[in-house]
Amino acid sequence: MSQTAALDTEPATRGELVYFSTRSGNTHRFVEKLGLPAQRIPLNRDDPFLRVDSPYILITPTYGNGHLKGAVPGQVIRFLNDEHNRGLIRGVVAAGNTNFGAAFCLAGRIIAEKCQVPLLYRFELLGTPDDVTEVRKGVEEFWKRQA
Amino acid sequence: MTATAAKRLSRINAINWNRLQDDKDLEVWNRLTSNFWLPEKVPLSNDIQSWNTLTEQEQQLTIRVFTGLTLLDTIQGSVGAPVLIEDAVTPHEEAVYTNIAFMESVHARSYSSIFSTLCATRDVDDAFRWSEENPMLQAKADLILDRYRAEDPLMRKVASVFLESFLFYSGFYLPMYWSSHAKLTNTADLIRLIIRDEAVHGYYIGYKFQQALAEASPAHQEEVKMYAYELLHELYDNEVKYTESLYDGVGLTEDVKKFLHYNANKALMNLGFEALFPSSVTDVDPTILAALSPSADENHDFFSGSGSSYVIGKAVATEDEDWAF
Repeated sequence: MSQTAALDTEPATRGELVYFSTRSGNTHRFVEKLGLPAQRIPLNRDDPFLRVDSPYILITPTYGNGHLKGAVPGQVIRFLNDEHNRGLIRGVVAAGNTNFGAAFCLAGRIIAEKCQVPLLYRFELLGTPDDVTEVRKGVEEFWKRQA
Repeated sequence: MTATAAKRLSRINAINWNRLQDDKDLEVWNRLTSNFWLPEKVPLSNDIQSWNTLTEQEQQLTIRVFTGLTLLDTIQGSVGAPVLIEDAVTPHEEAVYTNIAFMESVHARSYSSIFSTLCATRDVDDAFRWSEENPMLQAKADLILDRYRAEDPLMRKVASVFLESFLFYSGFYLPMYWSSHAKLTNTADLIRLIIRDEAVHGYYIGYKFQQALAEASPAHQEEVKMYAYELLHELYDNEVKYTESLYDGVGLTEDVKKFLHYNANKALMNLGFEALFPSSVTDVDPTILAALSPSADENHDFFSGSGSSYVIGKAVATEDEDWAF
């Protein structure tokens, strides 16, 4: 089930956000607080596949045990394996936990490298109010610079 | 004995890991089991020389800090994780708590490995006596144990997450501090393994808390939330006193407090609640954060960098195989 998390109160910025969040909902809450247009990568395999049609910034949690394998959630891999989707990614924001040491936000670094886009920001768990402010401001300016 | 515990003694079903009610149980089980470690795998004896460069006061502080951590791990292994088993909603959740309980016992045991490798028996015995008599450490244990006896399973989980994600950090600070000064680096490696485990514990118990809270009435949700913030304040006030009693002598108290604020925020987030401390008081010494994440030291705030300094790469075609690590 893909859903729009954010309120459509503001005029759409040039690009969008695409995000993945597990059942724990940490990343979902962060995106809700951003209040920017966003599409969610579906949680279950049987849900309809998400295909985007405009440039986007990807927000993803980091999985796994601090190893490369499994750091990027499988659903995000499936989403990016679609060439059309992959061609529209412009940046990545990653969530994680510094407790995992060197693997902190590893998913963001892997995707940035694979897709040759910048890792824009890293935040922990559901993000602090400061993280929300920084990312909201950063995302808006990012799309302006892209124009 | 609670009704759940009594019921368990009369009937229990074989656990089927191929029929899950909650995928998260298996995901976390896999994470925890693949993170399994024992203190014997860390070459602690390489720290003997480094230990001898610490002053007597620094050695005493370190032993006391580790004794305090041992007490928390003992509580969590013997009481904290086992009480959660009674509240579990799936058999797999019960199994995860048995893993958590065991690993907490491994953590508690590992401090004794550090002691037997680095310290004189007499100094360690003194520190254990200190731990039994230190009012702030005992208050911390009492505050938590009292909540573990609470009637409401939600409140037990709140207390458990605060222990896992907040109370350890006045202690974890010190080995990270030594590590950032290139001291006791093998000990720090062991502590980092504990820190990694505690993150998964706090995340999982917090997740189960949020699932259960979603089922509660709005009035009860509000009550639990108030309770959580109240308990955090109570623990925090005690933690500040504990920190002062330990770190005033070496002049680190103010920086440890920042580390407390930073981790208190993360504990609240594990429960799905808003962070409490503003960034002005969570600005932990970067060398401590670097010690936490030894090789994750690159600049991670792209937005605050100058606007013209980045180059957007064009997306190159990647193949499915690229993702098969």
